[in-house]
Amino acid sequence: MATAAATSKTPVLTPEIRKEIEAYLPRYPTKQAVTLPALHIVNDHLRCVPMGAIPEIAEILELSPAQVYDTLTFYGFFKHTPCGKVRAWVCRSISCALRGGEEVLSAMSDKLGVRPGETTEDGRVTLEFGECLGVCDFAPAMLAGDEVYKNMSVDQVSHVVSQLQSQADRAAD
Amino acid sequence: MPDFEPVLLANVNKPDSHTLSVYEAGGGYSALRKVLKGMSPTEVIDQVKAAGLRGRGGAGFPTGVKWGFLPPNHPGPIYMCINADESEPATFNNRILMEQDPHQVLEGTMIACYATKATTAYIYVRYEYPTAYKRLQMAIDECYAKNMLGNKILGSDFNLNIYLHRGAAAYICGEETGLIESLEGKRAWPRIKPPFPAVEGAFRKPTVVNNPETVANVPHIINRGVDWYKSIGVPSTGPRDPGSYGPKLYCVSGHVNKPGCYEAPMGITCRELIENQGGGVWKGRKVKMAVPGGISMGLLTEKELDIKLDFAGPGTVGCLGLGTAAVTVMDETVSIVDYLHNCCRFFAHESCGQCTPCREGTSWSERIMHRIKAGKGRFKDLDILLNISESIGIMPGTTICGLADGAAWPMKNAVKKFRGEFEDYIRRTNPAGFMEEHAVEALELVGIAGH
Ligand SMILES: Cc1cc2nc3c(=O)[nH]c(=O)nc-3n(C[C@H](O)[C@H](O)[C@H](O)COP(=O)(O)O)c2cc1C
Ligand code: SF4
Ligand code: FES
Repeated sequence: MATAAATSKTPVLTPEIRKEIEAYLPRYPTKQAVTLPALHIVNDHLRCVPMGAIPEIAEILELSPAQVYDTLTFYGFFKHTPCGKVRAWVCRSISCALRGGEEVLSAMSDKLGVRPGETTEDGRVTLEFGECLGVCDFAPAMLAGDEVYKNMSVDQVSHVVSQLQSQADRAAD
Repeated sequence: MPDFEPVLLANVNKPDSHTLSVYEAGGGYSALRKVLKGMSPTEVIDQVKAAGLRGRGGAGFPTGVKWGFLPPNHPGPIYMCINADESEPATFNNRILMEQDPHQVLEGTMIACYATKATTAYIYVRYEYPTAYKRLQMAIDECYAKNMLGNKILGSDFNLNIYLHRGAAAYICGEETGLIESLEGKRAWPRIKPPFPAVEGAFRKPTVVNNPETVANVPHIINRGVDWYKSIGVPSTGPRDPGSYGPKLYCVSGHVNKPGCYEAPMGITCRELIENQGGGVWKGRKVKMAVPGGISMGLLTEKELDIKLDFAGPGTVGCLGLGTAAVTVMDETVSIVDYLHNCCRFFAHESCGQCTPCREGTSWSERIMHRIKAGKGRFKDLDILLNISESIGIMPGTTICGLADGAAWPMKNAVKKFRGEFEDYIRRTNPAGFMEEHAVEALELVGIAGH
């Protein structure tokens, strides 16, 4: 599968993405160290790391596709198919759970009509559970894109969902 | 306790506290200038050693001693890794420092690099901290523009580059050798030690891994000296305790009126933190139990809240240690079953899977807790949990890293300190089966899915 993608006509990585990845090379003594930055760059652009991107990243970093794939799959973070325009992590760890985090997560799930890990049909929002997001001072909390939603409650979930949707509409494609 | 003048948080409430101009207006980078002008790397290490600074990342290892482990006269390169993966549940002090006062973290990093002769520093920032990442990058850019990073810093012979490295939502990247593997572009599988990173770390070169709060202490030690630093905190309590000196950032969250990150002299008690800084337990309720320093450290009962939150205190009541000094408060309505289920689920999710005892022990303990919670528990399960907790970890010597010890401690403390409550719950919710001794089916098989 990976080989087929590598030999197909249109590369998955645009020249812009390639350039961004290559800009990281001087920061590290090995090319392999650019794996995680490369995966992030691709993910930032495509909202996923498609299988076809793996041999192309490998080629830039002079690795085998298997090495890139190994690293990618270790982090549950990278998906092969695009996430929603906004990816929202609702914290389920202790300090949030004590203040209703789990209830907020299931209310979000009900309201959006997806389970954690899934994307709404309109492609706007991916819901995820998160482990401690490091904002326990505002528990229960959610990280959506670069924004932290603080002191959430089940009552606010409808409002939060519409905020997420407009955040998605503002996000570039 | 007389009012304590904040040291690490002195800047955070100033407008634009994250900018170079505000940081410098408050005296920032004077320690760097002092070091570059008149101190040798060895003198810096000696001063940090003499101050008794111990790592704030969880293990409490004396920082100057760690720096001293680097091979002498090494041709280089030597690497510095700043561990900003901060993922221990209930912990957010590094986030506050990096978002509100990134230059303090950078100045500490620069001096640490000067002392250790590191020429490249990587700050490994967890993915979930986009604001910290941006603020740090802005701060780094400001420093390059002012020749405070790069070559011949401020006209000296000191060269240093600092790069940010973004994590990808994995707790294990906070373990120092997991971090190094992740930095190298591999799966974050912790390494077997020795060799320790000081000898063979990132890219097989000598490497120091330090927490942002640890290095943030360094400029103050340089500016104000050893005596001042040692006047804060708790002296050694015995031959195996090097003392707990300096200011400390304490996080308090959960069922308190004022969750937040507060600075205090090392060694305030857990009860003081809850009552004074945390504003007491919410809703007029009583505290039932608390996590002393991130969930890995175990559990304190109400009676144990008078322990000092210093490096020696939590150990006196069977906890693993001070950890990240992040206290989570649980009021009288919290069930011990829910608490332990939450902890076990976290570690099952975060185990890297490399060592069988950890991978299996964490995932089975989650399944057992899930079954107990769902009303299918047996008394026997408590013994199984204890058995798991005593057999996984670097303490019993069965695993590569300390994640497994962190998974063991909540189980160990909860079952030992709250056994009666567990038994009541199990008897009440499973009257027909609580004495069952034979193997029982996993809940997945009887249709009660976990998550
Ligand atoms: C599972 C696990 C997770 C850890 N996570 C962190 C972390 O997020 N941040 C951190 O500074 N140290 C963490 N540590 C401790 C580091 O391994 C290391 O001791 C620390 O970064 C050293 O810095 P210090 O000496 O300045 O404390 C973790 C340890 C383990 C076993
Ligand atoms: S103890 Fe657990 S987390 Fe640590 S290396 Fe082993 S399996 Fe991985
Ligand atoms: S426990 Fe939810 S942000 Fe820390």
